[in-house]
Formats: sequence, C-alpha cells, structure tokens
Amino acid sequence: MALDTTVYKEIEGKGADYYALVGWLAVFAAAGLGASYYMEHHGHVVTGMTNAIVWGTPHVFAVFLIVAASGVLNVSSISSVFSKHHYKPMARLSALTALALLAGGLMVLVLDLGRPDRLIVAMTKYNFKSIFAWNIYLYTGFFVIVLIYLWMMMERRFAPHSKKAGLLAFVWRLALTTGTGSIFGFLVARPGYDAAIMAPMFIAMSFAFGLAIFILLITVTYRASNRPLGDLILFKMRNLLGVFIAAVLYFTAAMHLTNLYAAEHMGVERFILMDGGIYTFLFWVVQIGIGGIFPLALLFNPATGRTCQGISIASMMVIVGGIAQLYVIIVGGQAFPLQLFPGMEVSSSFFDGQMHGYAPSLPEVVLGLSGIATALLIVAVAVKYLPLLPTSLSDANIRISRSLDHIEDEPFN
Amino acid sequence: MRSATKFLSLAVLGFAMLMGGLASPTNAGEVPRPNPAKAFKGTQCVEPVDVMRREHMNFLTHQRDETLREGIRGQKYSLNECIDCHAVTSPDVMDGKVRTLKPFCAECHSYAAVSIDCFQCHTGAAAPGNGQTSPSLPTSALPNGHPAVAVPTTEGETAQ
Amino acid sequence: MSDNTLNARQTIDAAKRNFLKAGAKATAAIAVVTLAPGVTLYSVGAKAAVTGPATSERRWGMLIDATAPGDIWDIAVDACKAEQGWGGGNNPATDPQWIRKVSVKDPKTGAKATLPVMCQHCENPPCVDVCPTGASMKRADGIVLVDKHICIGCRYCMMACPYSCRSFVHEDVTGQKPHMPRGKGTVESCTLCVHRIDKGQLPACVEAVTNAGSDAMLFGDLNDPNSDISRAVSQYVTQRIRQDLGVEPSVHYRGI
Repeated sequence: MALDTTVYKEIEGKGADYYALVGWLAVFAAAGLGASYYMEHHGHVVTGMTNAIVWGTPHVFAVFLIVAASGVLNVSSISSVFSKHHYKPMARLSALTALALLAGGLMVLVLDLGRPDRLIVAMTKYNFKSIFAWNIYLYTGFFVIVLIYLWMMMERRFAPHSKKAGLLAFVWRLALTTGTGSIFGFLVARPGYDAAIMAPMFIAMSFAFGLAIFILLITVTYRASNRPLGDLILFKMRNLLGVFIAAVLYFTAAMHLTNLYAAEHMGVERFILMDGGIYTFLFWVVQIGIGGIFPLALLFNPATGRTCQGISIASMMVIVGGIAQLYVIIVGGQAFPLQLFPGMEVSSSFFDGQMHGYAPSLPEVVLGLSGIATALLIVAVAVKYLPLLPTSLSDANIRISRSLDHIEDEPFN
Repeated sequence: MRSATKFLSLAVLGFAMLMGGLASPTNAGEVPRPNPAKAFKGTQCVEPVDVMRREHMNFLTHQRDETLREGIRGQKYSLNECIDCHAVTSPDVMDGKVRTLKPFCAECHSYAAVSIDCFQCHTGAAAPGNGQTSPSLPTSALPNGHPAVAVPTTEGETAQ
Repeated sequence: MSDNTLNARQTIDAAKRNFLKAGAKATAAIAVVTLAPGVTLYSVGAKAAVTGPATSERRWGMLIDATAPGDIWDIAVDACKAEQGWGGGNNPATDPQWIRKVSVKDPKTGAKATLPVMCQHCENPPCVDVCPTGASMKRADGIVLVDKHICIGCRYCMMACPYSCRSFVHEDVTGQKPHMPRGKGTVESCTLCVHRIDKGQLPACVEAVTNAGSDAMLFGDLNDPNSDISRAVSQYVTQRIRQDLGVEPSVHYRGI
C-alpha cells in the first residue's frame, strides 16, 4: 500500500489578503467577459486585428496558457511516470493548475471567435483534416484525463492506479502540445511557420513556461499560507527550469539557423532578426535576453540561484520571455508580408508587399489578461476547498516521502 | 414531513392549473398572439401550415446545404421561393418601400422568443426580378491606352 | 438525352424530393432543356426549374492577361463590388477586399505589371484543409466557398491562404445583396460568382472587362477541351501564382 505520508490540507483562505486576491482576479476575469461582449457586439473592428494580422494579443495569451497548461502537468508526470518521488507531494497542485491554465486559455480562444455563439457548431461539426478539429478533442480529452488523474491521486484507494493515469496524461499532453505547435507548423503559406520543428519547439516551451509558472505558484502560495518550503525541492525545480530554458534556446537556435541557411527564408529571417522593428526587439531583448540568457545566469549564479527571490525572479522573466516569444511567432509571423511573387516588389490596396502594422487594443489585452486571471482564480479557490497542498514541503518531509516511497518500489515488502 | 410534501405538491399543481385556466383564449389579454403577415402572392405554401410550423427549420437547414454545398438550386424548399411569396412590405421596414421577410418571420419568433441569426447575413428582401438573371452590368467605355481588341469567339481566336 | 437517361435522372431527383415531401402529388409534363453541356433544366409543371448538382465533370477556371493596362482591373474590382455588395468602407485595413489590383515591379530591371488577385480556387486548398468545422469547402466543380452557416470566425483559413485573399467581416453589414448574404464575424472571399455561373452567366468581373471590349479575362471550363480557356491554356504556357506550393490554383495568368 502506498506509504505516502504527506499531509494535504486546504489553505485557511480567510485573511483579507486572500479575499483581495480572489476579488481582483474575479474583477479581471469579468472584465474579460465584458471585453469579449464588446468585441462581439461591435465586431472585431474595435480591436487592432485586421485582415492582414488576423490573430493578435488574445491568441498570444491563449496559446501561452494552453502551452503552459501542458507543461505544468510535468511535475506530476515526473513523479508518476518517471518515479522521481521528490515531486510527488506537488502532483495534485500540478494537475489542478494544468486544468486551470487550459480552462483560461480556451476561454480566451473561444471568446475571440467571430461567432462565439456557434461554439456548439464547433463541437459537433468536424473536418478531421484540420489540426484545429483534432485540438478540440485533445483539449477536452485533456480535461477528462487530468480530472481522472487528479481524482485518483486524491482518492487513496485508487492511488496505485494513478501511475497509469499519469502515463496516459503524459502521452496525451505531448500529443496536445504537438497539436498546438502544428497549428503553425502545418501552414505552408507563411515563411515564418511551415516548419516541422514547431512541434518539438512547443514541447520544449511548454516545459519551460509550465515549470516557471509552477515555481511562482508554489513560492507565493507557501509564503502566503506560512507553510515551510525547503531548499531541496526548490533547488531541484531550479535545476530543471535551467535545463528547460536551455532546451528552448536550443530549438529556437536550430530553427533560425536552419532557416538562415536557405536563401528562400532569408526574407523572413532578416525581418525577425534585423529589420522587424518591434519584433526584432522582442526577439533579441525579451525572448532571448530576458526569457533565456538572463534567467539562466540568475539560476546558476550561486549568489542568486540559491535564494527563493532569485529563483522567483528568474521564473517571472521566463514567463515574460515566453509571451514575447509567442508574440514574435504569432504576430511577427503574420506581419511579414506573404511572398506572392518572390523577389519582386509588390504593392496593392490590401497592403501586399508591406510589413503589416498591428497595435494591441485595450479589449484584446483585457481579454488576454482575463485568461490568466481565470486560471489563477480557479487555482485560488481550489486550494481553499480541496486538499491539494501539502502542509509542508520542507527538506525533512521531502526526504521522508522519498524514502518511504522508495520502499514501495521494492519487490518484496 | 410527508404531509407537508403532499400539501406543497398539491399547491403547485393547483397553481399551475390556475395559470393554465387564465391563459385560455378568452383571457388572452396579456400577450397578443402573433400575427404573421399574409403572403404577398400565392394561395398555398408548399406544405400545409401545421407541417410548416413544425418542420420549417429542418427544411431550411437541409435545403441550405443542398444549395450551397452541392449547388442544387430551385428545389421545393428553395429559399428564394420562400422569399418570393412571403416577403411583404411593412410601414416600419424602409417606409414600406421594400418587401422583406421581417413582418412574417419576426412575428412568431419574437412571440416564441426563439432568436434566429439568419438575418445577420441574409437580407430577407425580395430581389427585383427574383429568380431570373441578374440585371446586366453597365458597360463602361474602354479606358485610355487600351488597344481595341476583339472578344474571342468560339469559332477561333481573332487577331489581336 | 435518351428517354432512359431522362427517366433514371428523374427518378433520382424525385427520390431526393420525396425525402422532404410528404404526400407528393404526381408531377405533370416534364420538359427538358439543355442550357449548356452538363447543365440541364428540368421544368416540372409551372414551378421554377431545378439546376445542379455541381459535379466534378467541370472545373471552372480563369485566364488573366497580366499584360493588359492596369486600369482595366479597376473595372473588374468595381464590378465585383457592385455585384457582391462589399466595398465602400473607410478603413482599408479591416474592410473586405475580395479582389484587388496588385502591382508587381522587378527591383533590378524596373519592369512592371499589374494583375488582379482574388481567390485562386485551388484544387488542394489549404484553407479547406485547416477549417475546423468544414465551413471552408470546395464544391465538386472546383469553386472554393465559405459556408457561412457554420463558419465560427476563427480566421484559421485566413492564416493558411497563401494569397491572402480572404477577408474577415469586422463590422455589422447592412444592405447585402439578396444573392450574397454576408455577416459580421464570418470569413468571406471571392465566390467566382457562383450564383451567376449556376445560371449560365459569367462572373461579374469577367463580364465587366469583356463588356469594356477587352479580352484580358477569360472564364470557362478547364475540363472541357473545346472551351476557349482550355484552348488558350494549351496554346500558351501560363503561370499561376506560387505554383511551387502545389495547391493547384484554377486561376491562370499570362505575362507576369
């Protein structure tokens, strides 16, 4: 029988701080609903999105949340699938956060549709050649599977089966992230996409963003609820985050270096890396610098990497860099004009041949932020009413759970 | 508590019967019954009225796919034919100058509070010469700089 | 058309109609008129004739002469606006443009050309592949359309189109043409004037250009070896925009 002696307990959730947090999150979530109503009522003309830049800020946030959702599940996967029992106590929170982030991301995506009233149509009529249609099944399946997984982890008599559910959840989230990356990877029309490397790059991104969000969540929640958080588990997550950031940098480098080699892609590469104005700035300064190199330096410098503050700041930077990365991919990839006649100068009344302008509008930003707010609201309410958080993540507790779980693995007990 | 439950359910039943009684035709003063406009032409719809009332949404849903996706036009439930007969003028629609479906469809749909999104895209207005060829496009003079070229005929290309 | 084929066709059509009709009355005399090869009118009693369905026997296409002087394309664009009811907004970034005049210039030599670009009605349309609901569809005769009844406005097709020929309706629309329903929140593009083609007419842009005395736009059935367009396409080597993508557009160009 599982000798998991971790004590899980709901947080108090009665202080003014908690109510203020929940209140503000609810306000932001509601503001998103209002923004969506405004956009739907007046039409997308009130946004910054145009016929040239058809996916904007809401999609950046939505894809970020969806990608992070699959990544956040990593922590429970590591404990269930890869049997690294240090992470076991955090598995419940990881699964719940995955559900919350996916809900937030999907909310933004659906509310931005031109006809959100036709959601039922989207859920009943499918064109299975479209990766979007597959994604609908992947997302809803993710909800079901992770819910079952979470329930099995919480219901003691099912705990032995949670490993199988964890494996299924792990495979499913790989499929889901591949599907999300393939939304862009399958597009032949645009030189900034159309790359098979999009799928594995998104998987690496999901690892990094998800873990960064999880680290922030753990540090903030444990400090706010006065529960001990030991260095052992924190440093383990720090090392993992460093590896994931490096993986994202690797895939980014591989994609751009390969593109640079082909004369065909020189135009879009020059655009992103040199001439693209805001997109070039976001790529080098925010995505690579703030999202990659600077956090790596913070994490592995002994002076900063061994402090909770240093790790938290690095995590925040990864998140900011991640949003910038998606902005460069999604919006930058559309800003570069389609090459109707490669090598020729083209102009028309439909802005052919020119870099397409885009400025995020207030309704879009509010909608995007409301996705984050909704996700955090779900987590905040869930930790108050469900026993998801261990009472202690101190080093001693982690070592005990590790050693006892080790006994469970022995064939003859 | 069983007698209380019995009493409660009897009270609810009695209340419902009272309401039902109040809604009888002789007492219909609260909400006026819908009065869809009489058709512009024709004496009979393609289906009896009671069939149409129950099934028109299914006919429309099926017909639209046949027309749009398969390219079959002019069938029994053709939307153009519906509009041709049922579009009427109304003083509150464009000062009665245009025949539209609004006085017909909107009456029952607003009574039953069943919102339809057809008219977000469809005008529901009768087109002039509905069902016949579109009026021919205005011909414009050849712009400056165009060499006068003959239009190729089926017999063979004329010299350019 | 022989009587046997006529009866067989009539049986199939009647079976289709009987599915919807309950208690159909027997039809009276049936007159058959052939409009054009493959388009047959059945007149049943005094009712309007049934046309269609579209079949893959035909593949509608266009041949556009890009050497024609550029202002002829303004006539084509204006004709489309008048026929389909778009145009007239004051925000070029969000206003729909079903067809546009594109100016091409070789930066090294200075050589120029202008040509109209509209939906290319591809044989392997990327927009149809990516649509999650199947609203973006290809009709059997090759015309690519948006089924606006089930379009959810996700704009994925607009991301996928290599010609950026689709437009999203960003605002409320009023005054739609009865034959061309358009609404906010859905995606639209050139329909190749399917409502005119099905009646045996030419697309509005082609007719306007032809009425102006130019032969810069040719429309016809690419599958019919005797049509003008098939003969022209066999006579000259024509180009299609971004032919390298393999989407097989049905709009051919000469002289780019």
